[in-house]
Amino acid sequence: MSIKLSVKGEVVTAYLGGELDHHSAREMREAIDNAIEMNIPSLLVLDFSGVTFMDSSGIGLVMGRYRNLSRTGAELHITGASMQIAKVMKLAGISRLAKFDVGGFKVETDK
Amino acid sequence: MKPINKFTLTMESCSNNEYFARAAVSAFITQLDPTLEELNDIKTAVSEAVTNCIVHAYKNSIGKIYITVEIYPFSVIKIKIKDKGCGISDVKEAMEPLFTTIGGERAGLGFAVMQSFTDDIKVRSRVGSGTTVILTKKLELRVKNNA
Repeated sequence: MSIKLSVKGEVVTAYLGGELDHHSAREMREAIDNAIEMNIPSLLVLDFSGVTFMDSSGIGLVMGRYRNLSRTGAELHITGASMQIAKVMKLAGISRLAKFDVGGFKVETDK
Repeated sequence: MKPINKFTLTMESCSNNEYFARAAVSAFITQLDPTLEELNDIKTAVSEAVTNCIVHAYKNSIGKIYITVEIYPFSVIKIKIKDKGCGISDVKEAMEPLFTTIGGERAGLGFAVMQSFTDDIKVRSRVGSGTTVILTKKLELRVKNNA
């Protein structure tokens, strides 16, 4: 599990890496929430390019951050999801919450 | 019908064993030459079942999780994940997508993922004595390419 954060203007990008499960989600959540609190971004980008596995704990992570961001009206983008991750995200209907593209290819979103 | 091959594993319900559980099952299944998607489906479903044992069955305590994987003819895989934790009072309700007793960071999608990523799921549970989840996945039969 790894996480790197970058702040550019009003955009916070979190580069997630490794396997995202209930065990690793907590550390990621704390790091991202801290960055949201310190920077009050208008856009949070969650970059899943480095994530090799994700279960529904990843959905909890995305939904929780979406709720946090909605307090300030900020947007959420999800990028770089592998096919396995996209399958879990689609099951949860994540495209209703966030702009969502798979491995650099845009997929249809409801937004 | 008797399984062709089988393995059992008992482990503590520590969250850092979530990785170990899905890696162990996935390593065992590899002998059937699954596609990457099939392997990922199984890993994801196992991860959900094991997380349920850790987060719900044993909550703030540590107990044992029993995993049995059986391989049957025609690439049928049965994965049994059992705990002796608190049990589920209403299994039907617990399996509803988005139902969660914890809320917050849990999406309530564990059973929905297990259902959608496997071919069959059976859940037996009794309050106070534990829960058993049996996942069945049939791999696509593929023609071996001997070229």
